[in-house]
Amino acid sequence: MTTTEQIIDEILIPILEQVSDPEIPVLSIMDMGVVRTAVIEKDMVKVQITPTYSGCPAMDVIGDDIKAALKAAGYHSEIELILAPAWTTDWITPRGRKALEDYGIAAPLNAEADISVLLEGKRLVKCPQCGSTNTRLVSQFGSTACKAQFQCDDCQEPFDYFKCLK
Amino acid sequence: MKNKNLYNYILGIADNSLILGQRLGSLTGHGPSLETDIACTNMSLDLFGQVRSYYQYAAKIAGDNRTEDDIAMLRKEREYVNVLLVEQPNTDFAYTMARQFLFDVYHLSFLQELQKSKDLTLSAIANKSIKEVSYHLRFSSDWIKRLGDGTAVSHQKMQDAIDGLWTYTDELFHQTEADKAMVAEGIGVDVTLLKEAYYEKVKAILDESTLQTPESKWFQKGGKEGVHTEHLGYLLAELQYMQRAYPNMEW
Repeated sequence: MTTTEQIIDEILIPILEQVSDPEIPVLSIMDMGVVRTAVIEKDMVKVQITPTYSGCPAMDVIGDDIKAALKAAGYHSEIELILAPAWTTDWITPRGRKALEDYGIAAPLNAEADISVLLEGKRLVKCPQCGSTNTRLVSQFGSTACKAQFQCDDCQEPFDYFKCLK
Repeated sequence: MKNKNLYNYILGIADNSLILGQRLGSLTGHGPSLETDIACTNMSLDLFGQVRSYYQYAAKIAGDNRTEDDIAMLRKEREYVNVLLVEQPNTDFAYTMARQFLFDVYHLSFLQELQKSKDLTLSAIANKSIKEVSYHLRFSSDWIKRLGDGTAVSHQKMQDAIDGLWTYTDELFHQTEADKAMVAEGIGVDVTLLKEAYYEKVKAILDESTLQTPESKWFQKGGKEGVHTEHLGYLLAELQYMQRAYPNMEW
């Protein structure tokens, strides 16, 4: 069992930061928090990544993209998918949250607020377009498993909300 | 196979999710509204993701050349050990949601216990899946309430769905030989201990939805032993088509 601690060789950070989530291209996998370990052992880099959602089809692509980025930097690599500890939206970095907002996706609220917007119709999610919290849930599931659909009642824009996963 | 009980135990968990995932996935483009259509397929995707983790582990335990695809796609009907509940067809949306709800309540409490398994792979999969399954239960409970406490027609359809599926609920708490062996080893979940809380939880939601909890004490069983309703064969024909037509293609 691995710990919640990330172990990433500093030399590898700039390389891994170039790899982005194929569904959300503005978000690097480092800011997403899916890379758990990346260590250099002789001429081989060993990377462990953890899926956001079990069925997330982006994981295979992310694995291939990491391999390609490391190869371009002169490393062979092995990618391992690990399940424990399970990914949580708390691992998205502040920079990652900002990237989501800039891209038009509302960043996850805390667990309690998340339930109140998804089940009790509370208006707390901030519209990434105009900043209003006069927003309502359209659908608990959105364009991908990790998101829900919302609409802003001030600027009328529909948008995705990245659901809290804890 | 050295660890046949563990292998069978994993299939007992995974087959439920595979078959329910297939049922939900076949609603792609056929949901009653775009939002519910997307929700059903998203839940299907979660279940398939979980299934892959289980089957990959089972393939490793089998220790021969078997892959996750072989296990998922190339068994015969009698070799699938899912409960009868999950193979019931998508008759209408009330029925689809009732099936989902009756399974989700069980699934969540099962995963809560599986997290404590001595088997670290199973506890990790449970730990991962439980977050997704809590969403499923919220979604399906919400629809039980909306349709149950909705119009006269939606209420009747939901009551019919609950009444029709009730006969398949008791099987969730039956133990197979593999179950018993794994419980004894501290790996498996003793499902008999989940039964009382399950029926209480279901009744609480049905009460809130102004629906009657069925009183029938006659239950269908067989799926866990490989004896299925007529619906599974048709489902498998579709599920297995690509793998049979183009052997060894990969997911």
